[in-house]
Amino acid sequence: MIKIFKWVTKDTTIDFMKARKFTYALSLVLVILSVASITLKGLNYGIDFSGGILMELKSNNKIDVEELRKRLSNVNLDEMNLQSIGEAGDEVVLRAQAKNLDEKQQMAVINQIKTELAGEYEYRRIELVGPQVGGELKKAGVIASLIAVLAISAYIWFRFEWQFAVGALIGLFHDLIVTVGLLSLLGFDFSLTTVAAILTLAGYSVNDTVVTYDRIRENLRKFKKMSQYDLLNKSINDIFSRTILTGLTTLFASLALLIWGGDTLRSFSFTIFWGVIVGTYSSIYVSAVFLNLFDLRSAQDEKVLNPFGNVE
Amino acid sequence: MYKLSKTRVIIIIAICLVGIFFAVPNIVSNKDALPSWWQPINLGLDLQGGSNLLLEVKMDEVIKERMASIEDSARQILRENRIRYKNLSVGDDAVKVRIENFNARNKAAGLFRNIDTGIEVVENDDGSLEIKYSDIELNKLKLRVVDQSIEIVRRRIDELGTKEPVIQSQGTNRIVVQLPGLQNPEYVKTLLGKTAKMAFHLVDSSTTVSDARRGKLSNNSKLVHGSMGETYVIHRKPVVSGENLVDAQPSFQEGSAVVSFKFNSLGGKKFGEATRDNVGENLAIVLDNEVISAPRITTPIMGGSGIITGNFTVKSANDLALLLRSGALPAPLEVLEERTVGAGLGADSIKQGVIASIIGLIAVVVFIVAAYGLFGVFTTITVFMNLFLMLGVLSLMGATLTLPGIAGIILTIGMAVDANVLIFERMREEVKAGRSTRDAADAGFTEAWTTIVDSNLTTLVAAFVLFYFGTGPVRGFAVTLAVGIATSMFTSVTVTRLIITAWLNKYKPTKLPI
Repeated sequence: MIKIFKWVTKDTTIDFMKARKFTYALSLVLVILSVASITLKGLNYGIDFSGGILMELKSNNKIDVEELRKRLSNVNLDEMNLQSIGEAGDEVVLRAQAKNLDEKQQMAVINQIKTELAGEYEYRRIELVGPQVGGELKKAGVIASLIAVLAISAYIWFRFEWQFAVGALIGLFHDLIVTVGLLSLLGFDFSLTTVAAILTLAGYSVNDTVVTYDRIRENLRKFKKMSQYDLLNKSINDIFSRTILTGLTTLFASLALLIWGGDTLRSFSFTIFWGVIVGTYSSIYVSAVFLNLFDLRSAQDEKVLNPFGNVE
Repeated sequence: MYKLSKTRVIIIIAICLVGIFFAVPNIVSNKDALPSWWQPINLGLDLQGGSNLLLEVKMDEVIKERMASIEDSARQILRENRIRYKNLSVGDDAVKVRIENFNARNKAAGLFRNIDTGIEVVENDDGSLEIKYSDIELNKLKLRVVDQSIEIVRRRIDELGTKEPVIQSQGTNRIVVQLPGLQNPEYVKTLLGKTAKMAFHLVDSSTTVSDARRGKLSNNSKLVHGSMGETYVIHRKPVVSGENLVDAQPSFQEGSAVVSFKFNSLGGKKFGEATRDNVGENLAIVLDNEVISAPRITTPIMGGSGIITGNFTVKSANDLALLLRSGALPAPLEVLEERTVGAGLGADSIKQGVIASIIGLIAVVVFIVAAYGLFGVFTTITVFMNLFLMLGVLSLMGATLTLPGIAGIILTIGMAVDANVLIFERMREEVKAGRSTRDAADAGFTEAWTTIVDSNLTTLVAAFVLFYFGTGPVRGFAVTLAVGIATSMFTSVTVTRLIITAWLNKYKPTKLPI
């Protein structure tokens, strides 16, 4: 009776494949919306990438953001973003992308703000990223993402026949695009830690796909007579309880982070949280279902060419 | 038959105990009492509070300075050898000169090569010569400048008494300074923002400032400004420079703040001779091309020590003494990036991280027990063992724990369960396929292993890439993620197996509770 979640470990016989036309459309729409949001709305780059300043202020009392904005209106900045954080309303984050300011001018702005606010606030965090470093970090982020995707692709290529590799890559790109799209749509801060979260979710998503593919391959060998449609369905069902169990435990962990992990990690936790959901969805409805477009049986026969494919 | 050899059991238990042993300092409150090899994980600046500065060594300035001195030497060589030349000029990284006569040009080129080690002389098609440092020499120079800068930065920061500062080079021309516990880096930035090149120059009494402004200035003199906006004409060549200082201290004279200094024997000798020969003249004390003061020499100063008067406050006298003591920077430094976290925020981050970890852990454990019952309890033991091992390895490595690093730990808790789930699900299938309890348990481990390795590898790839490209907090995340994956692979296979074997042997169950 302690096992109230016992049902999760039950065998399932769900016809996953049946919904594939709908999910193809859904995935396509999600990708299109994401690309639209990324191109039209863009990403809310944190100062890691854009360069600029970030200050986190705390007061003993509730902070009136509007009044604070007025007081800082004479500070030499084109645009300044003030945002109240924390439940008590006694903390404010000030962000300014200093596009036209060099490091020295940025430092002057910080000092100006400090002088203006004198000793009324506790400065919990002060960050300054010069335009040069911002550009470099952006480059490093892009290179890191590309290399991670390439390395993961190379690994999949090495492990599976090309149809599987293509399926896994489409799933991976689907997840990356849809996640970045959602971050763009919701205006989440896009910083170095966000990139870290995205790469972690790439790892998780491919992990899920690999487990599914392993099973499909095994079943292709075991059930020579089964139709491909039934075989894909059976494989997904075989490991469905695992998919849900692992998905849920990771989801719980990331949910704990999202709720209790604090504001600094908010966009990181959200990315992971969302990544687990979309990664689980895509391992079934993008990567696995996608394989139905190929004739896997003949692919399986060709596999003798692959010296690593037959390892049991 | 399902059995583990004694040696394997011992090894597994030994590894776990070592892991727990090294994890223990993390829950001990008084870490100072522990030996240095048995310490908790270092906390990153984002958790303990502190300031992280990325400085750039302005290499251009050094090279420009070098070029100016090469130009001087070249001019002297050309004059001494009576070589006719045109357009002697300094570029960014080369000195150029035109010499029409072929033989003279060759002769000059040969002489130029001896100006300094690593000098290259290139002849252009238009008959002009370019004097510059070879790439190898230039790299050596840069390396030397960065090393020297680090040394001076260290001396200046040591003077402040900051605990455990980290000062290291990054790339070819950058310096990272990490100052744990420092809340307000303004003062450090002010101190590091000054090169503090000091020299004593005689004031050129034969030229008035207004003459000099009109261009009546000999090649041996130059115009400089004073700290109060006044102007002086001083001799280019210093009497003695700050390199010869051995000590400087703030002090008082007639109620005002001054800086007393002491030369080494060479500096003392030069200073003594100059003051002896120039009684009645003014001696300008120049710091970073600005005259601090220019007192009249009333008597020769022979003892090798003296005082600098000027418009000092107690604090500025203190600062100047500190800068002079620690020496001049070979090149100006510029702050490219600054990240300061207050101790309050750091403590809050730790609190939030710990709360999120505990809640995440409880959620995962409750769920896995609710799904698997007894095997869920086994998994819980594995999860805790993994947590200890992870902390132990991170402590042993001397890794730095950052806020994203804590997130990495929480995520690993969630993801590490995957291996156990894969094993248990496999066992369930094997039971269904008609295998005996022991066979099924055995097959669960062996069949799931490849999948476990496969699935963890992809995340490991991401972690390695992040480690390589990431900085600071992101690196901390990559490390905990990678370590967590490695330890979880170990615990979920070995520890789980150990527990299940012990359970099978003791209770000899007829069916698996999954």
